[in-house]
Amino acid sequence: GGVPMTKLAQWLWGLALLGSTWAALTTGALGLELPSSCREVLWPLPAYLLVSAGCYALGTVGYRVATFHDCEDAARELQSQIQEARADLARRGLR
Amino acid sequence: ASEEASASPRRSRRESEGRARGQDKYSVLLPTYNERENLPLIVWLLVKSFSESGINYEIIIIDDGSPDGTRDIAEQLEKIYGSDKILLRPREKKLGLGTAYIHGMKHATGNYIIIMDADLSHHPKFIPEFIRKQKEGNFDIVSGTRYKGNGGVYGWDLKRKIISRGANFITQILLRPGASDLTGSFRLYRKEVLQKLIEKCVSKGYVFQMEMIVRARQLNYTIGEVPISFVDRVYGESKLGGNEIVSFLKGLLTLFATT
Repeated sequence: GGVPMTKLAQWLWGLALLGSTWAALTTGALGLELPSSCREVLWPLPAYLLVSAGCYALGTVGYRVATFHDCEDAARELQSQIQEARADLARRGLR
Repeated sequence: ASEEASASPRRSRRESEGRARGQDKYSVLLPTYNERENLPLIVWLLVKSFSESGINYEIIIIDDGSPDGTRDIAEQLEKIYGSDKILLRPREKKLGLGTAYIHGMKHATGNYIIIMDADLSHHPKFIPEFIRKQKEGNFDIVSGTRYKGNGGVYGWDLKRKIISRGANFITQILLRPGASDLTGSFRLYRKEVLQKLIEKCVSKGYVFQMEMIVRARQLNYTIGEVPISFVDRVYGESKLGGNEIVSFLKGLLTLFATT
């Protein structure tokens, strides 16, 4: 098969597709006349989507930061194992 | 979430040295630089985990000419645990991580390679879980993740957590990598898979670890995940400055534009 598209290329393609669809529908090119109520919603849609995406990003990252697991037990266990290790290694001749 | 069809070849080349026919052996690569304090501890923990689980192993210490006496400590450990278990393969000066892996793998007699940090942030107790997971799904790679299941971190302040989650979010959106923790460096690889990936990777630092996973997906290797706990720097300082963030973003955008 051929070389797969880079992620950048996929994004550009996707944006170009959605962008041209939106432009065609809102400007009435291609002879497509939508009722004006539809056009009124469609016109600001990209801005709304951008804001929504921003809110989703902030919300998701915020949630993940808040639920980021703090491994207290792991730290405690490690500290006690360090003590054990040092004693054992000293017994075995580590200087 | 990766497909079952694996492109990895059956083990056609067998190293007979140190490994009985059909038996698995796990080589741990430990690149070190100024790890005088941590090295004996991490080796002790590795020996403990492997011995308790009855796993055939070797530990390859790749020291880059550490000025703090790491090499001396490594030699003592070799005497204590035996030169069949502790392999010293040092280098003259500080070279990159990728070349350390290549150098280490030349001397590895295992058919699986485990890479991890030598600073006690990665705990060897997870290695038997990696091995279990690998067998369960016949994965080419098993990656430790801090972001899923009961994975997590200790010792990070709010700022660090925000940067970490934020960077991971952007990475997931841009690269859709199929693995939750891309900058993590606690992983188990089939030896031939790691060799193949290192050939193809060109980045440095955090981005190197990311690139490995991205290339692995491109080559249709399967990736399994195991939640791990990451205990940040017990000794020494954690480093995440503005420079690191900038080079991370540059690397991320490069991967975005080229893969």
